[in-house]
Amino acid sequence: MQYQFEFGPVFAAWPTLLHGTWVTVQLSLTATVLGLVVAVFCAWGKTSGPTALRWAVNAYIELIRNTPFLVQLFFFFFALPAVGLRWSPYTAALVAMVVNLGAYATEIIRAGIEAVPRGQIEAAQALNLKAWQIFRFVVLKPALKTIYPALTSQFTLLMLSSAVVSVISADDLTSVAANIQSETFRSFEVYIVVAVIYLLLSLLFSALLRLAYQRWLNYPDRR
Amino acid sequence: MRTFGWAEFLFILEAAKWTITLSVLAFVGGSLVGLLVALARTSDVPALRHVAMLFTRIFQGTPLLLQLFLVFFGAPVLGLEIDPLIAAAVALTLNSGAFLGEIWRGCIDAVPRGQWEAAHALSLSYYWRMRAIVLPQAFKIAVPPTVGYLVQIVKGTSLAAIIGFTEITRAGQIINNATFQPLLVFGAVGALYFVLCWPLSLWAGRLERRNLRAGAR
Repeated sequence: MQYQFEFGPVFAAWPTLLHGTWVTVQLSLTATVLGLVVAVFCAWGKTSGPTALRWAVNAYIELIRNTPFLVQLFFFFFALPAVGLRWSPYTAALVAMVVNLGAYATEIIRAGIEAVPRGQIEAAQALNLKAWQIFRFVVLKPALKTIYPALTSQFTLLMLSSAVVSVISADDLTSVAANIQSETFRSFEVYIVVAVIYLLLSLLFSALLRLAYQRWLNYPDRR
Repeated sequence: MRTFGWAEFLFILEAAKWTITLSVLAFVGGSLVGLLVALARTSDVPALRHVAMLFTRIFQGTPLLLQLFLVFFGAPVLGLEIDPLIAAAVALTLNSGAFLGEIWRGCIDAVPRGQWEAAHALSLSYYWRMRAIVLPQAFKIAVPPTVGYLVQIVKGTSLAAIIGFTEITRAGQIINNATFQPLLVFGAVGALYFVLCWPLSLWAGRLERRNLRAGAR
């Protein structure tokens, strides 16, 4: 093997890499929060909404879960301008990520809601709690604890799949890598460095989420 | 300028055969790697467990797209000519190997401990313990999530479009560049994936419910 690895030009571009990393983090966090809001609403709609809403939510979930993220991204970025919705690459990327996470997280949250024992809800009703109070304190919080591992791994998957938004040049870590690659011609080195950054990000991400669990959800079960 | 008509749709439809080919390659390769990973993760040898753990961490902790780039741009560095189909198949094999390995490790762990101990008490060798006692039971648990994971593999093949391999997504891009009718083109592309994936999802769901009922009995 005569190949000479040269990481110099890649590391010289560290401000660009840092910027790309920041965009990826920002995209992932925003999409996580917004996607979660969508998912909680859809999970409520699917478990206790009117029939039409239930249908709509189901169609949304099946459609998103059975098509690739890349195609969803193309749809939002290339196809919607044709009907007058014009978005910047960053916005299109964010919308695609929110819509994608929303579908997966809805199913996870629904499973958690359905796992809450009937008796708990009946007890809350007997105590005369309002419907939203029951949903917020008796259903959602214990549900969140049950589904926490599934939910957090979905967040990490979202962060990793956000690499795909580089194809519409959303300025994220992977598209920054592609730029550095075309300037330095050190493709292998660039992608090794960027893969390591993603690995560190995902380890950091899951460590933070574990910490959040310790802090807010680590209360004893009384069943 | 061309319009999006029957011939254009057929072009995309034909590319589905490459999506399917790539999915089959990735599933076969991923199953072999995944089985090794699952066995290593449940073995009594700490070194094997650590190596498999490291492999899983790396391939679950980095984007599939980056893995694809690393294989595609890395192979020439090692002096290998690689075409996009092989690069995509290798990257998808390694990636699904990590995920299937993790799924199957869970299934092996779900076989009741007493079964392992009974096999031990009968002084069965590792090979027979696994082959006759543990794996058949793990297999039954593993079928629904494995079918469900097939959907992820089919969707993952769309990334091969980015390195220029003409499967469904790339065919859609080509047609879109010729017709400028993205709504129709990407609608059709999405519909094709849906037709491939939805039956798998439904099947996985049915298998899962059947397993749950069997478990409840």
